Amino acid sequence: MYRYDEFDAQIVHDRVKQFRGQVARRLSGELKEDEFKPLRLQNGVYLQLHAYMLRVAIPYGQLSPRQLRRLAHVAREYDRGYGHFTTRQNIQFNWVALKDIPDVLETLAEVEMHAIQTSGNCIRNVTSDHFAGATADEVMDPRPWCEIIRQWSTFHPEFAYLPRKFKIAVTAAEHDRAAIRVHDIGLHIRRRGEAVGFEVHVGGGQGRTPHIAAKVHDFVPEAEILDYLEAIMRVYNRFGRRDNKYKARIKILVSETGAEEFKRLVDEEFAAQRPDEKVELPRAEIDRIHAYFAPPPLSGRPARSEVFERAKAADAAFASWAEVNLYPHKQSGHACVTVSLKPVGGIAGDATDTQMETVADLAERFGHGDIRVTHAQNLVMPHVALDDMYEVYRALEAAGLASANESLITDMIVCPGLDYCNLANARSIPVGQAIQREFASVEDQRDIGQLHLNISGCINACGHHHVGHIGVLGVDRKGEEYYQITFGGRADEKAAIGEIAGPALSAEDVPPALKRVVNRYRELRTDPSERFIDVYARTGLEPFKEALYAADQER
Amino acid sequence: MPLIRNGEEAVNTWLHVETGEAGETPNGITVPLEAFLEKRDTLLARNTPLGVRLEPDDDPCRLAGDLDRLSLIEIAFPRYTDGRGYSTAQLLRRRLGYRGELRAVGHVLRDQLLYMHRSGFDAFETERAQIACVQDALGEFSSFYQPAADGHRHVFARRHT
Repeated sequence: MYRYDEFDAQIVHDRVKQFRGQVARRLSGELKEDEFKPLRLQNGVYLQLHAYMLRVAIPYGQLSPRQLRRLAHVAREYDRGYGHFTTRQNIQFNWVALKDIPDVLETLAEVEMHAIQTSGNCIRNVTSDHFAGATADEVMDPRPWCEIIRQWSTFHPEFAYLPRKFKIAVTAAEHDRAAIRVHDIGLHIRRRGEAVGFEVHVGGGQGRTPHIAAKVHDFVPEAEILDYLEAIMRVYNRFGRRDNKYKARIKILVSETGAEEFKRLVDEEFAAQRPDEKVELPRAEIDRIHAYFAPPPLSGRPARSEVFERAKAADAAFASWAEVNLYPHKQSGHACVTVSLKPVGGIAGDATDTQMETVADLAERFGHGDIRVTHAQNLVMPHVALDDMYEVYRALEAAGLASANESLITDMIVCPGLDYCNLANARSIPVGQAIQREFASVEDQRDIGQLHLNISGCINACGHHHVGHIGVLGVDRKGEEYYQITFGGRADEKAAIGEIAGPALSAEDVPPALKRVVNRYRELRTDPSERFIDVYARTGLEPFKEALYAADQER
Repeated sequence: MPLIRNGEEAVNTWLHVETGEAGETPNGITVPLEAFLEKRDTLLARNTPLGVRLEPDDDPCRLAGDLDRLSLIEIAFPRYTDGRGYSTAQLLRRRLGYRGELRAVGHVLRDQLLYMHRSGFDAFETERAQIACVQDALGEFSSFYQPAADGHRHVFARRHT
């Protein structure tokens, strides 16, 4: 993974000092809260319902064991013993005191971490494929370009006061695990012979007006990608709407301008750049950054591991977990391990200090020191030998981290909801837990197969309900919490926004209604390999809608 | 309102004339972009220094042919959260080659100064920022990841020279 050089270290150090000064001026009253707000936001500090929240950047979701241990330390010393991993592959601490935040940032800087641009109307943390560098279906490792984009966008003087927040995602794989089509900019790395370039998608997003991004370029050569990004950003900064917060994202500019005209504006701006306006990115610098992401030295192992097979035969729970939570590694005899942060009855994405330390230890002993955060709020150890898998599993199980549910119905994306968030209309966590209990049986979940169920507590859609195969959206009806259900959303290369089924349901009606929907799916599928989303593509909304409201007709 | 120019306190002798109809005055005047384009010849015929004030939605490229004749361009920040002025400044300095004074006016706060400076501003009209803190604000970072209008070599290039 990338390591800071003296420039990176100095910039983060300067940032801590600067923010310490800003906090001191706020505490002394020299800065008014409304003036302090964008400053703290650009450093990931939110004022939530109960306290300040600190969001720490995990660039493209990559962590070292040392960094994860330091996050555990922060959770223990400055929070209530846990942290919350987010859909942006970041981590949030919900109970940090404002006066302590500069110290937290200083301790994070020691392990090359920061909270820069994790909030505010600027370019946010760049996200990517959590299997990057390990999966066979990518044309190259996307992380070096994520790191280059991270550096270019850090403290960019022109793009710190954009109309609204701005999110970039990068993938290099055919199967899109980074949800690039629902980002402000989605980049898909392509190869044309020896040449590397970027397919560029712009204007995707969720929130109250969800959009799938428009493709604006098939292949921007790698040497020009930062200049092309500058052109997009400048068009957005100049022409994006600023009159209405809810119409300020680039998706609205793209849809109101029209994708063709938007592309023309970008191409015109790009073509107008003079030579000295270009971001000089020397080949040696591209190579230097790529060198940090060399594949780990995985020893050659046979594809079949006898140790692994014996353990599966002896321990059914392990076999079940291995079936669900392992993803094939490009190197034989290895697998990518998903460490589920979705135990039934838990809080999606939460991990305690000791759980973080367990994963850090395992990654160090068995995983070549590589840990990823996924946008579905789980952790991944991408390079584990099958021979070591049972030992890894036993340790995860002891730490409560071995839920066998990756991409199954209980592996939900859930926003913090009304339990924590200022913006929420309804609680997300309890309704998610109730749905999990309805589908708690591992066998039942495995029989249902892949089913992404996402829950948001309000229309801002932090829980990605629009792109859940099943989406649950909390709404407020005269002070009561109701939940609107959508079907058919997806965030992958066939990205689609879910269709609203009909009237919202009360919290207690949601789990049995979804049970009926899932049962209808099981009746409709031609065989168990036909997933919920495949059946939906074949049948459309009607049968699921009918099942959802079937109880009403019985009454 | 206090003025800081090239890192030092300065006396502001300029007047902003919203109508573009200035009477006899020895001071330099700035006028809105539309007024300048409308009364261009009359304004340029005056014997006093002339400037233009750009609002956030003004296109600076409309001044392309006249930049040599302007001694001052002001870029207005009605709210400090409106970041269009940063793009305006970069365009003026880097694309159009404007070399005269570029002044930020309006809601100009200490913690915006460094980004403004990097985008090409060399003057700030600001009530709240004292001279000492302006210097602190501009010195908060010693290196930068991306090229901008301030002439700093950026980190990608510095690593290889």
